[in-house]
Amino acid sequence: MALAFDEFGRPFIILREQDQKTRLRGIDAQKANIAAGKAVARILRSSLGPKGMDKMLQGPDGDVTITNDGATILEQMDVDNQIAKLMVELSRSQDYEIGDGTTGVVVMAGALLEQAERQLDRGIHPIRIAEGYEMASRVAVEHLERISQKFEFDVNNYEPLVQTCMTTLSSKIVNRCKRRLAEIAVKAVLAVADLERRDVNLDLIKVEGKVGGNLEDTELIYGILVDKDMSHPQMPKQIEDAHIAILTCPFEPPKPKTKHKVDIDTVQKFETLRKQEQQYFDEMVQKCKDVGATLVICQWGFDDEANHLLMHRNLPAVRWVGGVELELIAIATGGRIVPRFQELTPEKLGKAGMVREKSFGTTKERMLYIEHCANSKAVTIFIRGGNKMMIEETKRSIHDALCVARNLIRNKSIVYGGGAAEIACSLAVDAAADKYPGVEQYAIRAFAEALDSVPMALAENSGLQPIETLSAVKSQQLKENIPFYGIDCNDVGTNDMREQNVFETLIGKQQQILLATQVVKMILKIDDVISNSEY
Amino acid sequence: MPIDKIFKDDASEEKGERARMASFIGAMAVADLVKSTLGPKGMDKILQSTGRGHSVTVTNDGATILKSLHIDNPAAKVLVDISKVQDDEVGDGTTSVVVLAGELLREAEKLVTSKIHPMTIIAGYRMAAECAREALLKRVMDNKENAEKFRSDLMKIAMTTLCSKILSQDKEHFAEMAVDAIFRLKGSTNLESIQIIKKPGGSLRDSFLDEGFILDKKIGIGQPKRIENAKILVANTAMDTDKVKIYGARVRVDSMTKVAEIEGAEKEKMKDKVNKILAHGINCFVNRQLIYNFPEELFADAGVLAIEHADFEGIERLGLVTGGEIASTFDNPESVKLGHCKLIEEIMIGEDKLIHFSGVAMGQACSIVLRGASHHVLDEAERSLHDALCVLSQTVNDSRVLLGGGWPEMVMAKEVDELARKTAGKKSHAIEAFSRALVAIPTTIADNAGLDSAELVAQLRAKHHNEGCNAGIDVISGAVGDMEERGIYEAFKVKQAVLLSATEAAEMILRVDEIITCAPRRREDRM
Repeated sequence: MALAFDEFGRPFIILREQDQKTRLRGIDAQKANIAAGKAVARILRSSLGPKGMDKMLQGPDGDVTITNDGATILEQMDVDNQIAKLMVELSRSQDYEIGDGTTGVVVMAGALLEQAERQLDRGIHPIRIAEGYEMASRVAVEHLERISQKFEFDVNNYEPLVQTCMTTLSSKIVNRCKRRLAEIAVKAVLAVADLERRDVNLDLIKVEGKVGGNLEDTELIYGILVDKDMSHPQMPKQIEDAHIAILTCPFEPPKPKTKHKVDIDTVQKFETLRKQEQQYFDEMVQKCKDVGATLVICQWGFDDEANHLLMHRNLPAVRWVGGVELELIAIATGGRIVPRFQELTPEKLGKAGMVREKSFGTTKERMLYIEHCANSKAVTIFIRGGNKMMIEETKRSIHDALCVARNLIRNKSIVYGGGAAEIACSLAVDAAADKYPGVEQYAIRAFAEALDSVPMALAENSGLQPIETLSAVKSQQLKENIPFYGIDCNDVGTNDMREQNVFETLIGKQQQILLATQVVKMILKIDDVISNSEY
Repeated sequence: MPIDKIFKDDASEEKGERARMASFIGAMAVADLVKSTLGPKGMDKILQSTGRGHSVTVTNDGATILKSLHIDNPAAKVLVDISKVQDDEVGDGTTSVVVLAGELLREAEKLVTSKIHPMTIIAGYRMAAECAREALLKRVMDNKENAEKFRSDLMKIAMTTLCSKILSQDKEHFAEMAVDAIFRLKGSTNLESIQIIKKPGGSLRDSFLDEGFILDKKIGIGQPKRIENAKILVANTAMDTDKVKIYGARVRVDSMTKVAEIEGAEKEKMKDKVNKILAHGINCFVNRQLIYNFPEELFADAGVLAIEHADFEGIERLGLVTGGEIASTFDNPESVKLGHCKLIEEIMIGEDKLIHFSGVAMGQACSIVLRGASHHVLDEAERSLHDALCVLSQTVNDSRVLLGGGWPEMVMAKEVDELARKTAGKKSHAIEAFSRALVAIPTTIADNAGLDSAELVAQLRAKHHNEGCNAGIDVISGAVGDMEERGIYEAFKVKQAVLLSATEAAEMILRVDEIITCAPRRREDRM
């Protein structure tokens, strides 16, 4: 480590406890960072595409997750390296923003880093590489815009949406019944979508899972599913035309927030208190009954006495319903959440056509279906599957599909998948490179090479000859000047993605390229890594 | 420069072939572990817990064995999980599902070593599973229309399920009990209303089904031991000191006399409550919570039978069978529904006194009293009976049945084999492998019974070449026999669940090409 000395030969201390830190500078730092980034990308590379493999992750408590969702893999990977953490962040931000393509973005970034390493070896300054990448990404994004197609669909003709969701689902373990799941996802999104404003609030879609049955039993419920049962075992299990009182106050004696004491010193007081208490319970139940509620859903617990009174007055009730569910129920049934019994009025009740309790399997698990709600803007996707891991993975897949459908509603543009878009961009960037004078030209070419790596990985994972396939498709695209040719992953026999119906959203693709470029630029600009050496 | 650390300390990563090997081996090890318990001549396992007392369980129920294992291999955990789900969903076939998944992976391993890509294997397995399901559907029998025949089907299913368990000696006895119990449910799958009471002593044969309801509680002292035409109030209320529930209330007194007064008031309150309860015109009172001596005495005075501390399930069941509602307030005696039964009496089973409610209003519930030499025997008997009840209740809903004794596997294997011959491409290897995995089940059954499996399975295969053959392995006589004649039946639902979840699990494990193990969470030592 370079040290500065003063006139007496003592070193200047620049970093505190300098000898306990390791420091990497200049080209070494960049090389080390690139290697780390590549290592992360390498892990995900084999998960890309419809024939991608899964990863098995064993968590710190011994729980097992099996997935091929890039964001999930990285999040659970327990990464320690700083650069690797950046890659994890990258995948996460793609997940937040778009919801799909989380694997692709990391593979892309890895490829860009790999190319950057080669340019560094040639002696090109990292900043020039970064700038070249920036220019290239702009070209690519513009080109994507050009080759994208508008997609026409409406509430009745949602076939194109289903097709796009199927592309997303085909890379997951659920591809056995991707058609069904894609339809469910699209219907769910359409049910909650505000087509006027082109907005979808995904919070209104609840994804619930229960182990058992098989994937084909997965269903879309136009209503809410609550993992609770009636508070009293003898309450009716099915209520038609329910008027629901949604309460956030317990059926218990009041607990004023200010500290207080009730002192009992005479028998009379004891008696009054007792009477008061009974009357209190009675009033609570009566109040609910008076406003015309036929079902009470409460966030808190019930006292035994209240429970019996409810049962006695023929007022079914559900207790300990979580806050999120309560809100959803309120939205769906058009009711208001009532914090005090005194504020209950008939207008504040929610309405649902049918509330029923359903039990599953041989264990005593029961769930409550609230259906035919007044405001059907909330839906539930109820997933069944062979085991816990399957359900978790299905949940993640459905989430991806939902995001894709939402993105399409926001922006109707699509590009073709199967690597077709990447190949088209690569050709465009390569052609644009020659127009730039200066060193950046090399970086732009490198960017084009990096774009090729996504279709390459796709071909590799599908068991095809990567270089051969890629060059064939590339020349085909160039010759016919049609940007729809991609890698034929499923061995269908054609590589025209229009025929195969493999679509991806335009914003998803653009975001992938932009995010990957940004992260790579950031990594390239680091020339000094100071870290605590171990121990 | 090499990257030495991307992961945290202690985290590890296994890739490609190694990862696949690790998961194959883990899964197969688990399958081999339970393999020897499959079939009527399967062996049992002793499980010793690491907890205090090192309690011992003897069982051959796949789900129970796997549940108690501490497994570190992630792939093995997948298998444990499917077995658990099988138990929850259909109740039986917990061993078969693990063995089948293990065999599928064993075959897959061979294919992988001969350079077939896992994705191709998965595609083949999927086709095969679908085809096998179709084959089963073609051969199912449904006797729902014919009540008598249906009952005999159920009997046979129950006997087939039980014959692999400890109850096999008295399987007819128990099968009859199970079928009777299920018929009382009248189509609901709510097994809660069948109560199983275990009492050590006597022999397994002394177990019996009681149409009434048995509560494992004692009758209070000085209260009648026998009540005819009982009116029962089922309650969940505090009968110790009835607390004031208003928050922050407390008693503050300044002299001894006041204390006495308050105490008197409290007593008065309790007395009031008891009087209110008595106003219902009951002669039996069952409470979930404690009853203190004072109210108990009051009840005894009134000639009412009071039972305290019945557990929650007991209360719910009692409410269900007697048709009474579970009450917590007693102000409106006229509108509370009381439970009724013809006779309440104290009975002795072994050395214990139990309370027996007979002639109840709703006939749904019933109790099964199990007798046996030791706790271990009883526990195992309960598990076996539970399996049988689960299967039966599922069959009542889905009345399709199949023959047993390896028959369904052979039927499926034959169809799958044919599919393999028709399929072009590498997938056909995988389909063939699927059929081999299916045949492994009858092979294991024969092996476990100490029979010459190769010979028997070959015979079976030849027999199955003819359409509509009913041949299966008859373990008792050690030969191939007609399963319909021997009365070995299985529920379609169980077989289908076994097939589908085993394939799903195998697929899941096959898809994995990398295992990343996080560092175990550090636990603070509390020394």
